[in-house]
Amino acid sequence: MSSQPKISFEDVHLAFGPKQVLRGIDLAVDAGESLVIIGGSGSGKSVLIKTVLGITRPDKGVVAVDGEDIVGASARLRNTVNGKIGMLFQGGALFDSLPVWENVGFGLIQSGAMDRQQARVKAIDTLARVGLDEHVSTLLPVELSGGMQKRVALARAIADEPEIIFFDEPTTGLDPIMSDVINKLIVECVRDLGATAVTITHDMRSARTIADKVAMIYEGQIIWTGGVKDLDAPDHEMVDQFVHGRAEGPIQMAVRR
Amino acid sequence: MNPLASIGAVVLAFFTATGRVAIFAGRALYHVVTPPMHFRQMLRQLVDVGYYSLPVVALTTLFSGMVLALQSYTGFARFSAEGAVASVVVLSMTRELAPVLAGLMVAGRVGAAMAAEIGTMRVTEQIDALATLSTNPMKYLVAPRIIAGVLTLPLLVLIGDIIGVMGGYLVGVYRLDFNPSAYIQQTWAFVETLDVMSGLVKAAVFGFIVTLMGCYHGYNSRGGAQGVGIATTNAVVSSAILILVANYVLTESFFSK
Repeated sequence: MSSQPKISFEDVHLAFGPKQVLRGIDLAVDAGESLVIIGGSGSGKSVLIKTVLGITRPDKGVVAVDGEDIVGASARLRNTVNGKIGMLFQGGALFDSLPVWENVGFGLIQSGAMDRQQARVKAIDTLARVGLDEHVSTLLPVELSGGMQKRVALARAIADEPEIIFFDEPTTGLDPIMSDVINKLIVECVRDLGATAVTITHDMRSARTIADKVAMIYEGQIIWTGGVKDLDAPDHEMVDQFVHGRAEGPIQMAVRR
Repeated sequence: MNPLASIGAVVLAFFTATGRVAIFAGRALYHVVTPPMHFRQMLRQLVDVGYYSLPVVALTTLFSGMVLALQSYTGFARFSAEGAVASVVVLSMTRELAPVLAGLMVAGRVGAAMAAEIGTMRVTEQIDALATLSTNPMKYLVAPRIIAGVLTLPLLVLIGDIIGVMGGYLVGVYRLDFNPSAYIQQTWAFVETLDVMSGLVKAAVFGFIVTLMGCYHGYNSRGGAQGVGIATTNAVVSSAILILVANYVLTESFFSK
């Protein structure tokens, strides 16, 4: 069995102007593993996964997929790597000028894997997988509720059966029941596809449902990693404060300073 | 602040912005001439930019031709040169008014819409989503718009030329009592191929400017609804200024002795 991680970050630094967002991230995600990254707003969680997608480029360090460094990758390599990845964006990021089925089948059509008719059939199948009827496929995203939009975004992320799936705040803005539905769909989809998953969330219920492993990022550094079973009694004060949502603790002191 | 430093900062900002636009234009042109082409997007843009701009361009050039005939008649009457009205109308419309007015109207209608649409896609992460779905955003969003602008604006201007001359004819014949056949004869006698062609070349350049500015400001918009609003304003203002500057440069190159 290979010990090579599916995704790895080594000493990744990134600054936006004077603001240092990532300060030496070291993290590895094994194939088939579901990692949840927790951390406060502005701690660098979303930026970290965008370095894998090539949307932002680190100033320093190595971001590798299947052992291959993809920082500054050629267009061809970038296309290959992004072809392995599905992404559920925080706000869904559905294309509002396209009907639902075309959103879901977009990657399949654009990559040339399928023609429009085949992609439509596949999109309707994938929508069924996330609990949406065929009649939804012809609607525009604006005609859907927030929960349905999240499901469509999830369907789009898994439509071409990616090896890696990123979930950016998958339950933000949803009611608790819909959040649980989305969490369970994520677990099912990741398990069925055998994919490697990285989820960013503030929602501890999501983290407990989705994660095999949890990492906490604070001020651009990974300060703790552990199994999901360690989450309720972590051996780190900041993690303990964050997980239990206490106002008092070292994180607040850092904010006040 | 030191006044020299302020001037320096403004100059540096100007050159930085110019460089960014030039790089963006270079990337856009690269994607215009390299496959794959997104023909559905291109068709949609041809209809949006060309067909839907026709009424506004037609109305603008019609009334401009009518006003031009009236004004030149009252002006030339002082020198007993009323007979030059038809030639002034046709030369002014084909060389200057139709391309510049069509360019400015399309900048207001299409450039603003492009900046708003692409800007909204940027702030809602739809452009990032494109990158994760095997689609280059420059090729999918920018190249079809630029092709549509460069191809359709000359057609709009050609139609505008005809409608503008017709406006002058209507005022000349029905308001100023010119002989209809003499008016048409004088129009034909004075207009040359270069007059029309120079207007069409200007129109293609203005089409490039309008779509480039709309795409550039939308693509680089930041900060939610306010950012999109700023991008839209900047797209229209920068298009209008560049159209007027380019108009002078092109006129010099076509008609300077």
